[in-house]
Amino acid sequence: MADQLSKVFAALADPTRRDMVARLSVADSTVNELAEPYDVSLQAVSKHLKVLEDSGLVSRTRDAQRRPVHLEDNVFDLMTKWIERYKQQAEERYQRLDAVLEAMNADEEANDSDSSAASAEGSEDTSPHRKSRKGA
Amino acid sequence: MTTTDTAADYSTLKLDVPEGVQTVSITRDFAASPDKVFRAHIDPELFVKWCGPDSITNTIREWNATTGGNWSYVSNDDRGEYAFFGSFHEVRENERIVQTFTFEGFPDAVNLEILTLTDLGDGRTRLMSTSIFDSLESRDGMVASGMEHGIVEGYNKLDRLLVEA
Repeated sequence: MADQLSKVFAALADPTRRDMVARLSVADSTVNELAEPYDVSLQAVSKHLKVLEDSGLVSRTRDAQRRPVHLEDNVFDLMTKWIERYKQQAEERYQRLDAVLEAMNADEEANDSDSSAASAEGSEDTSPHRKSRKGA
Repeated sequence: MTTTDTAADYSTLKLDVPEGVQTVSITRDFAASPDKVFRAHIDPELFVKWCGPDSITNTIREWNATTGGNWSYVSNDDRGEYAFFGSFHEVRENERIVQTFTFEGFPDAVNLEILTLTDLGDGRTRLMSTSIFDSLESRDGMVASGMEHGIVEGYNKLDRLLVEA
């Protein structure tokens, strides 16, 4: 299924196909109507359409004579959904990092007040991984 | 790549998944100094606290956070076990971490993450991360899988949506 998704991304990687998708989002169009603004052959436009069809982004009705091209909004939404979901998970991850950092800040403040008399150096050595840090 | 608009606010994450380019970029500000953000990435005890959701237990197998070092960890949830490994290409204290990342379930796919930390002053840090994937398919697969977890669940949902479409 990642293949299907890759097809969608690949289909949208081309500026002409993106433009076609943008125009189809307004209304269904015939191949001739779609080809009109571009300085390319009808054959080239059909090729682009084939890529869009294979990706599932557009469909063509079989019964009607003019066979208009239709944008499959739900596939398009799917992309947005995946990216949104990915973003949400990344944000949740960083909110957990926020919490870890907050605890680190609190620790430091506690250590600072503890070590007002003594040297703060001791608190630096609590991590068992200081060796690897210094090794860098 | 290391220059950034310090007046901008990225207290919520900015994600960039450009069309046709095999990268994912993230920008996010943190209310802590760069040394703490850095430490939270390279200290394995701190890292496991935030790298996965509560429903997942992460166990470090190897962790050598130095330039040229390696890492690997295993994630467990109620659906199974997922292992990840990679190299620390460069670990530059408080500034930069460059890592490779492979999910053992897709052993042929690898991505390179370049992470930089910028001191915003007042105990604030901007994290900028760019992941470069070996192909668009890998990048898209990563995004589709909802990052490192929920791969099966994700594909099931995608299956359903594609059937409906």
